[in-house]
Amino acid sequence: MSALIGQDMTGGYGTGADILHGCTIGVEAGQIAVIVGPNGAGKSTAMKAVFGMLHLREGTVTINGKDITGLSPQARVREGMAFVPQTNNVFTSMSVEENLEMGAFIRDDDISRTMSQVFELFPVLKEKRRQPAGQLSGGQRQQVAVGRALMTKPQILMLDEPTAGVSPIVMNELFDRVIEIARTGIAILMVEQNAKHALAIADKGYVLVQGRNRYTDTGEALLADPEVRRAFLGG
Amino acid sequence: MDVLNAIVLFGNFVGVPAIAYGSQLALGALGVTLVYGILRFSNFAHGEIMSFGAMVAILVMWVLQAAGIGISPLPTVLLALPAAIVGTIALVLIVDRLVFRYYRVKRSPPVILLIASTGVMFVVNGLIRFIIGPTDQRVDDGTRFIMKVRAFKEATGLNEGLAIKTSQVISLTAAVACVVLLFWFLNKTKTGKSMRAYSDNEDLALLSGVNPDRVVTFAWILAGTLAALAGTLYGLDKVYKPFTYLQLLLPIFASAIVGGIGSPVGAIVGGFVIAFSEVMVTYAYKKFLGYILVADWAPVGLAQFLGTDYKFAVSFMILVVVLLVRPTGIFAGKTL
Repeated sequence: MSALIGQDMTGGYGTGADILHGCTIGVEAGQIAVIVGPNGAGKSTAMKAVFGMLHLREGTVTINGKDITGLSPQARVREGMAFVPQTNNVFTSMSVEENLEMGAFIRDDDISRTMSQVFELFPVLKEKRRQPAGQLSGGQRQQVAVGRALMTKPQILMLDEPTAGVSPIVMNELFDRVIEIARTGIAILMVEQNAKHALAIADKGYVLVQGRNRYTDTGEALLADPEVRRAFLGG
Repeated sequence: MDVLNAIVLFGNFVGVPAIAYGSQLALGALGVTLVYGILRFSNFAHGEIMSFGAMVAILVMWVLQAAGIGISPLPTVLLALPAAIVGTIALVLIVDRLVFRYYRVKRSPPVILLIASTGVMFVVNGLIRFIIGPTDQRVDDGTRFIMKVRAFKEATGLNEGLAIKTSQVISLTAAVACVVLLFWFLNKTKTGKSMRAYSDNEDLALLSGVNPDRVVTFAWILAGTLAALAGTLYGLDKVYKPFTYLQLLLPIFASAIVGGIGSPVGAIVGGFVIAFSEVMVTYAYKKFLGYILVADWAPVGLAQFLGTDYKFAVSFMILVVVLLVRPTGIFAGKTL
């Protein structure tokens, strides 16, 4: 049984036209699933659908077999999902430490252990814990954003283009951290522009085109598929 | 040259009054800035809400005076403050429920809420006239002066005296206490931090599980408390005139904007900048210059930049200059 499945999702924003057409996305605990595809394929939309940010006309979303299709995004956070938006994903006027505390807002227990785990994962954040997050570099901000999401101790971590706008070195480091997070048993669902790099670390890859599943396989198999390479990975 | 007398003279007519007035403006501007930071609109009803708070304080004060309860040498109205705060919080929460919530749920643009707040301003203004009437009310019973001019002269042997009113000391003390408490609340408590988070990035705060209704309610509670305090202190320091609060709206907004609207530190700094500017520009420097200049150089005229009738023009001028030169204000506001 998968940790998270969005099954046959069909829907769009508000009352607008459908963007997703029977799209299926899933991820297992401790694994990394990556959604790739051309611009406008509905990658981010598919992830937002899983998180309850748009209205699904058809299809279901389940966590560990529990149907959560009707829940609001906030309620899904309480069910163990955490979402890192692509932009505006930190509280710029608040310190790094306060950002992490806000991530744990719904928790009433002691958060110091989780916070030290986040600091272990991203040592640079510990150094800069008192600095406003708005003063950090792009890569460090992404670390704050991911750290904030981890503070709820989620079962499923969803990242919307975490490497957008960061340098290749920072990108590789972020991917290394993502692998580390997955090893702790958290399921990771990620939308990525850097399809090659992302598929290289993915246990499962979804290639979407116009809101539909075009190819679904392991990351390795997709990278090896000549058709996928030619059409989506630039040869 | 007589520097000591000059300093005392300046302190008596500029320093002390401006500090008291600045404290009142800072409290008012903090309320405006809090509402702006959380609810994202300029609440033009804030002046009348202050007036309402002062009115409740006076009504309760009358009851206390009639019952013979007092805290002499302090003014009785201080004892009425808790009731005034509760009453004002009730007013703003009811107004929010009846007016602002509707536009919030509809996600109306800020200018619509601003116009709605202007309507609230007129309604509250009418309500106040209806309840307490348009006439002035004296509030300052108890010992009016902590230091009198003559006592100061006798103690120091100077020509000039320094008077300090009880209300001025209370204004400053209350402002300092409020600011310390407010900053402690915003920076140290979970609810306070969630308010700052909501003000910084609403969507992300919602994703983190912050309850928007709770944040809004707390913003109104704080704004109501600050308004009741600022209104009562202003009435205590001057005289309670129901109509002056409409005029007070300009220096209050000027304070908030000069400091950077949305920034609490900015509201405090802005309050004192506006207060000192108003008092200094309308003060007649003739006597002061007489003390510090060589005798023959003393000016013949009053050496007053603007008549006191123009004091509101000072806020306006500062506001225009700030908006032209540094539109974000001193502390580039927007978030708490």
